[in-house]
Amino acid sequence: MLTILLIILPVLCGAALVLLKTKTARMFALGTSLVQLLLTLAAVYLWKTGNNALVVFDKGWLGSMGVHCAFSLDGISLVMALLSAIITPLIIYASFNKSYKNPHIFYGLILMMSGAMMGAFTATDGLVFYIFYEVALIPIYFISMIWGSGNNKVKVTLKFFLYTIFGSLFMLVALLYVYQHTYPHSFQLSALYEAGRSLSGLEQGLVFAGLFIAFAVKMPVFPFHTWQPSTYDVSPTPGTMLLAAIMLKMATYGLVRLAVPMVPDGVTEYGTWAMVLSIAGIVYASCVAIVQKRYKLLIAYSSIAHVGLISAGILASNEQGIVGALFEMVSHGILAVGMFFIYDIVETRLKSDEMARMGGIREANPLFASLFLVLVMGSIALPFTSGFVGEFLLLQGLAIQNIYFAVFGGLTVILSAVYLLRAFQTMMLGKSNIHTAGFSPLTTHEKTVLIIVVLLVIGLGLYPSPLLDLANSSVQTLPGISY
Amino acid sequence: MKELLIVSLAGIAVLAADVIKFRKAVLPIAVASLFSLIFFCIVDWGRNENPMDNNMLLFDNFALGFTAILTFISLCWFLITTEYFGNDARRTDLYALTLFSICGAVLMVSYTNLVMLFLGIEILSIPLYVLAASKKGDRLSNEAGFKYFFLGSLASAILLFGIAMVYGATGSFDLGIISTASTAMSSPTPLLNAGIVMIFAGFAFKVSAAPFHFWAPDVYQGSPTPVTAFMATVVKGAAFAAMFRLFSGTFGSFIETYGDVIAIISALTLIIANIVAAVQTNVKRLLAYSSISHAGFMLGAILSAQNGDPKILLYYILTYGIASLTSFIVLYHVSAYQQGAEDFNAFKGLVKRNPVLAGAMTLAVLSMAGIPPLSGFLAKYFVISSVLQSGYLWLVIIMILTSVVGAYYYLRIIIAMFTPLENSGRIVVSDFQKYLFLLLSLLMVGLFFAAAIPDWLY
Repeated sequence: MLTILLIILPVLCGAALVLLKTKTARMFALGTSLVQLLLTLAAVYLWKTGNNALVVFDKGWLGSMGVHCAFSLDGISLVMALLSAIITPLIIYASFNKSYKNPHIFYGLILMMSGAMMGAFTATDGLVFYIFYEVALIPIYFISMIWGSGNNKVKVTLKFFLYTIFGSLFMLVALLYVYQHTYPHSFQLSALYEAGRSLSGLEQGLVFAGLFIAFAVKMPVFPFHTWQPSTYDVSPTPGTMLLAAIMLKMATYGLVRLAVPMVPDGVTEYGTWAMVLSIAGIVYASCVAIVQKRYKLLIAYSSIAHVGLISAGILASNEQGIVGALFEMVSHGILAVGMFFIYDIVETRLKSDEMARMGGIREANPLFASLFLVLVMGSIALPFTSGFVGEFLLLQGLAIQNIYFAVFGGLTVILSAVYLLRAFQTMMLGKSNIHTAGFSPLTTHEKTVLIIVVLLVIGLGLYPSPLLDLANSSVQTLPGISY
Repeated sequence: MKELLIVSLAGIAVLAADVIKFRKAVLPIAVASLFSLIFFCIVDWGRNENPMDNNMLLFDNFALGFTAILTFISLCWFLITTEYFGNDARRTDLYALTLFSICGAVLMVSYTNLVMLFLGIEILSIPLYVLAASKKGDRLSNEAGFKYFFLGSLASAILLFGIAMVYGATGSFDLGIISTASTAMSSPTPLLNAGIVMIFAGFAFKVSAAPFHFWAPDVYQGSPTPVTAFMATVVKGAAFAAMFRLFSGTFGSFIETYGDVIAIISALTLIIANIVAAVQTNVKRLLAYSSISHAGFMLGAILSAQNGDPKILLYYILTYGIASLTSFIVLYHVSAYQQGAEDFNAFKGLVKRNPVLAGAMTLAVLSMAGIPPLSGFLAKYFVISSVLQSGYLWLVIIMILTSVVGAYYYLRIIIAMFTPLENSGRIVVSDFQKYLFLLLSLLMVGLFFAAAIPDWLY
């Protein structure tokens, strides 16, 4: 019951917001997302105390076709639910520095999206997962298309929409193919796991390919990434945050939840190619990030690099890799919000994010520079930041699988130091110029958001064990994992 | 039998109302008759009525189910097109013709004799030839009526020829006897095969499946938009139901023989219609091609007909009918306010000009594109699932690839509606229509969640 509430509450409140023109839309949205956060914390508590009755929800929906409207929370889902529940209020609160047109629709769509993602993270039925995976696309498409900026936003968002739909339809075929082999026909994840593992190696490979195309488009993994930088660029900042911090995690979560346990042979036999793609993407995206002239695009490419590492770590399908991936998803989500909020702060003041025009912001605003530095350190995985824990485990997982993967995967850390520190240097250090001299101090609201993010980054870096334990407990019971 | 009587009598009553100068009663008569039609479908549920015991018609659950949803769509159609017909002096004639057409649809879903099938198709089609050309002063409308009539007659002739061959091969028009005679053959004789293929070709024309679709874009574009809406929903639905009745039961044992043919025609329809639709600039023509592409999907439901599950087709016709009806009527309102402009530009700024129309249209095209949580997604999902079960993986891949193309052109409509437009006047619709649009929108979402209902139906 609690799980279904986590999904229904934001969706209904979002729908109500869209329909009712209210002046206090953003407060209402923030309140709803905070309630969702409390409910998630309650779910964590219930799960820790072993009280599962409230968490599991299972009702027949298309009974004759074996589809159940089934949701449940285990350690993996809880990590994702926590991520979504922490990030959503943060995104909503971060958006308070600007006023958006038709706020009731804008915030309504954000809430609906958050509910849909929660649905994908908690579904224990293959088709229900697929439906939520698709549903989440609609609000973000409208957010990016209507509130986005740039002359080509219509074209860019159209490409984004079609690309994602195209990818996810392959997942539908893959799921249906496995579903055909369940007796009696059922979409329950446990049934799909069993049927998937009974398939022959080649079949598993094909099913894996279908799933991987869907997830690779959404993450995105090289070479399916071409929609991403431009979409991140044209979307309004809250939209970009939603895309980078939570939505792409549906794809990485899908890899953990569907690909690895359902077609383990497919992952071990054909997953190497996918890992090669992911790791090639790390190097490629990092190199492209180095030559970016605009901060927002740099962060967009850096996101591709980090996600490549997560994807490779999951496909190594060992405990370290997957736990590390789960942790890194949370860490990356928090850091993405912070990094894009930095963009928002800079952009409102300078009306541009050309890094060449900046410089010397530290002189005008040392506090901002220091907070930014912490986020940069988190992104390049310095010890005592959340990024370190996740990337360390991911690299460990890769090393167990194949040492060369770990070597090339480790380039994420080195190359991200190159482009992020260079960005920091050009933006913040040096002499202030005509554009940055009058860089106004941070407002209380901006300070609050940045400090929350920084605290989360350092806190998770210093004391990662609660989250790791949560992830660990369920990863161990996931089928198809080697130790 | 009551169902058939009600709708024919209503048609005659509408004509009579015109004679006795009582035009106000025309719409209430039509609406009341359709309501009672649905009512009797529910009352007769499970009775398997065989009127006059002559094995011509059988009102089994299949017939009642399809009659009910086709009537429901017609009912929505009658209510939502009042604005178009309200000022027309000939509206009594047009209403009567539509009712007679529905009468043909009822025959087409309940026949158990090929003669009744042919009668049903003709009763359905002949009023439509008139309706298509009902905008007398308009050149395109005349062209539509003319084309529809000539090509429609040709298709009817082919169908009739096919029926004659089946009669020659089996010695009867009765579905039951044909079924026994054909299962007695180890493989179908050439004569029966030719008959089946010709009947199929006749149907393919009626449902505008490629390569028999060339009439459809012109006819859909030329006909008055409300008539197009009727053709794309009720007529297409009735033709598919009739096809299913024939190909699931009577010819069901020859699935290997014609399965590939249906699959190829379905694939052709999907590919041609979707690709051509993607380059259209006229929204009405685009919707016409989109309607053809949905025929490709529904052919997929026919393909898996040997599983004997008409729910899939029923659900598809219902959801597609509601979405398609909505899109055509929104198009009608949009173009009526702009001197008949039907291109993408006419839709610009619709969100501001009339949020209800824009919202309904958005949901309708998303539903037709098959995106959850709209009922169109489940409809497509059911078809894809059953086609996969029948072993046509390649057709599923084509369905999926063409769905992406479909999403492209449907989104173009949405993008146009959300593009801001300076100095635009509001588009006004009456409150009653507004509520109807809201009801239709609600149905598009609600049917997704109520998808469990088809489980209970049969």
